[in-house]
Amino acid sequence: MKHQCDTDILSGVVKYETVIGLEVHSQLLTVSKMYCSCSADYASTPPNTHVCPVCMGLPGVLPTINRRAVEFTVMTALALNCSIPEHAKFDRKNYPYPDLMKGYQISQYDKPMSVNGYLVIDIEGRKKKVGITRVHLEEDVAKLLHRTTPEGESYSLVDINRAGMPLMEIVSEPDMNSPEEARLYLVKLRSILQYLGVSTGNMEEGSFRCDANISIRPEGSKEFLGKVEVKNMNSFRAVYRALEFEEKRQREVLDTGGRITQETRGWVDEKGITVSQRSKEYAHDYRYFPEPDLPPLAFSREMVEQVRAALPELPEAKYDRFVSGYSLTPYDAGLLTDSRPLANYFEECVGLAGKSGGEKDIAKKAKTISNWLLGDFTRLLNSSNTRIEASNIKPWHLVEMFDLVDRGTLSGPLAKTVFEEMFSSGKTASAVVAERGLVQISDSGELAIIVDKVIADNDKAIADYRAGKEASLTFLIGQVMKASRGKANPAVVRKIIVDKLGGN
Amino acid sequence: MNDLHRLTIHEAHALLKDKKVSSVELTRSVLKNLEAVDSKVRACMRLTADTALESAAAADKAIARGKASVLTGVPMIIKDNMCTKGVTTTCGSKMLENFIPPYDAHVVEKLKAANAVIVAKANMDEFAMGSSTENSAFFTTHNPWKLDCVPGGSSGGSAASVAADETIYALGSDTGGSIRQPAGFCGVVGLKPTYGRVSRFGLVAFASSLDQIGPITKDVTDCAIVLNAIAGHDKRDSTTVPLGVPDYTRALTKDIRGLRVGVPREYLVEGMQPGVRKAIEAAIIQFEKLGAKVDRKVSLPNTRYGLAAYYILAPSEASANLARYDGVKYGYSYRDTTSMWEAMEKTRQFGFGAEVKRRIMLGTYALSAGYYDAYYLKAQKVRTLIRQDFDKAFDSCDVLVTPTSPTVAFKIGEKADDPVQMYLSDVCTLPINIAGVPGVSIPAGFADGLPVGLQFIGKHFGEETLLRAAHAYEQATPWHTMKPAIA
Repeated sequence: MKHQCDTDILSGVVKYETVIGLEVHSQLLTVSKMYCSCSADYASTPPNTHVCPVCMGLPGVLPTINRRAVEFTVMTALALNCSIPEHAKFDRKNYPYPDLMKGYQISQYDKPMSVNGYLVIDIEGRKKKVGITRVHLEEDVAKLLHRTTPEGESYSLVDINRAGMPLMEIVSEPDMNSPEEARLYLVKLRSILQYLGVSTGNMEEGSFRCDANISIRPEGSKEFLGKVEVKNMNSFRAVYRALEFEEKRQREVLDTGGRITQETRGWVDEKGITVSQRSKEYAHDYRYFPEPDLPPLAFSREMVEQVRAALPELPEAKYDRFVSGYSLTPYDAGLLTDSRPLANYFEECVGLAGKSGGEKDIAKKAKTISNWLLGDFTRLLNSSNTRIEASNIKPWHLVEMFDLVDRGTLSGPLAKTVFEEMFSSGKTASAVVAERGLVQISDSGELAIIVDKVIADNDKAIADYRAGKEASLTFLIGQVMKASRGKANPAVVRKIIVDKLGGN
Repeated sequence: MNDLHRLTIHEAHALLKDKKVSSVELTRSVLKNLEAVDSKVRACMRLTADTALESAAAADKAIARGKASVLTGVPMIIKDNMCTKGVTTTCGSKMLENFIPPYDAHVVEKLKAANAVIVAKANMDEFAMGSSTENSAFFTTHNPWKLDCVPGGSSGGSAASVAADETIYALGSDTGGSIRQPAGFCGVVGLKPTYGRVSRFGLVAFASSLDQIGPITKDVTDCAIVLNAIAGHDKRDSTTVPLGVPDYTRALTKDIRGLRVGVPREYLVEGMQPGVRKAIEAAIIQFEKLGAKVDRKVSLPNTRYGLAAYYILAPSEASANLARYDGVKYGYSYRDTTSMWEAMEKTRQFGFGAEVKRRIMLGTYALSAGYYDAYYLKAQKVRTLIRQDFDKAFDSCDVLVTPTSPTVAFKIGEKADDPVQMYLSDVCTLPINIAGVPGVSIPAGFADGLPVGLQFIGKHFGEETLLRAAHAYEQATPWHTMKPAIA
């Protein structure tokens, strides 16, 4: 069959389409490791302290299956719309490397725990289904630490704490057509895992890892040109940049008459490039065969339905609820629900705000909370590299601040300053307001004195206002605010000015 | 009292319980005999005499407190592929020459809990691969009946030590006949339990889906006693079955009237020694005398594919199980290089013996892309067929009887250079591992001055019937009372 290429007749340039598939490995938040009872909470523990004969792969040991890890995988698979077969099994994947304690990894080959799912991403306002090939369970490997002696001799140390950690592999279909789609897929997948409580989804710490397969082909063509696997990406941004780089590189190779080599390439973040690691000709033959030490897994339909019924609310449902229940814009609802901690934080705030006085309209309150969370709060969290759960500002802090604004104690413009102080010190809004004397001035008499001074100093603005220039009013209010160092109540100021100038 | 080392477990227990002898006396007698004969037999890899006497003293205290189980204070030997905490466990390999496990195998835990007295670790073929103990990286064990003959293998050290009264009993492991064939060659009782009956936790793996630990004893009663102690579910071995453990000694009623005994015709193989055939024929007559119904038309047609399937399946699993020996974490490590890959390759080149490397290569090949379907997958299908053969045979029979091996013990060196001849020594035992059913070898006479083994095969978890049949035959014959004159 001859493949048609879309060629722009005028330029002679071939239009390409990008095809991306992602393989995600996520550590699971189980109490113990995958095949032994060692604690899985090994982060920041000294090397080789969370180990036992089983995860060290000593002669004679046998694995046992972590039930919780199996449950987590089934939960994930169901959340990703996969089907769960009646039977699954574990297999040995054989390859030698010093970080692999047994010389094989217990993984799943031809009978994984789930197949045929999908995940929906929103790309430019349209929904797109990305197929999930499979979700299966395996074990993590040890960590190698490469060192050099003062004499310049290199050597490596092995830390076995990570070996045997439960690792869930989620393989997508090659359904993504741009780096942005890949990024959106990862964001969505991570939020689902977080909602399920099965993973921290932390890419920087390595508990959520992504390898990408990318190839390009003439638009409309069905053939796959050389597929490139990209590794070593330690953040969502790195995935995006690596794919963008690779897309461009492959186009250039094809446009200059070259051929894409099927190979594995590593992303070098500092340089912003991918470099060849090994070509597929030397790919391993993993010699998979059924793990004789573990019995096959059986999933009764009852068990599957029980797990399905117990699934927590997922991002999509929450999104729908945020849009319909709080009248948030789809854009804001999307941003809030991308991260479970953020969505939870938002809901806690809304819940508290509903109980406090002031503004009665819950949608209005939700909008205010959303604006703060997505605006100043997110900005401060990002710049200080803080997770929202670990922030000084708890939901009730935020709601108390809104309360002060609602009651007129704190002005809107000053709230920002107060918030920054709260963020860094952990103090309540009322404490900051009291300490720094930032109580809003709503007293007409007090404000009238400032207004009079501003009117006296701004002849031109007064003239403009009288000539019907509305913008001048805003300017004058601004001058009063400035003179009061932000403490003036803008609404009261406005009324005084209008009254004094015999307003319209 | 002299000759305490010649006792069986049940005889020794009777004396210990009645405080006619102490465990320390019994252990001293065993150690004394061991020291006298082991220079000729060479069954032991490592003596644990000091700790044995400590255990014996502790056992005596337990007995004094009235807390004695049948194994309390009774000396025993463990094959050197079962992990013993703090005691070198070599697996007969240079690779693990200095490996000291930080933990006890499940069976060792159980024996220690019963205050058993471990006197030695037994020699074996390297990683349990072999049928003569000649593949031990350290030395060859000799058959106590004829010192220039092999004791069989791979549990040759365990079987020879029991035959030579260097111990009261021993533990072996059996992947294709490694308990039964040496038990047959040495004229003792050796049981491979049903797969899943005894925990493999702490048994250094050869072929995980076939390996099983079992007793090697002086008679069938002892065999039942040891099985009582080591059988049962272990949550650390997911392939053990959560079935209760009956008291196997209660099955030994001597009454086998009406028992349906099948003699599968495929097991009276070509190349079988006339002396072995004669002993089997005599055994069949004995069964009829005891009132059993002997059926000589039973057929297990896929037996002929057993050897071929076994030498795909076992090496395939072994190729993965032995991958961990890379010189990085423990055991032998080649260090005279700056290249990581060269260090790992040379470690395996020098650390493993020829037979182990042969099987790793066989298994690696059988699992390779492009060959998997033709070898591994095909062998798995044969495995199913062999299992079905047994299921069908057990529709009409309660136990099956075959020779344990086509020959009696052969001369040391005789088959050492011919792996296929060596493999054929297990042709009657390995289908039993493939099917996962239990099998026991008991002494059934002599040919050319060497013991002949008779193999009984039972249904899955049918150890009671199996041992009842073996025991009835044993009690009607004199073979188990005969001892070698070691010279």
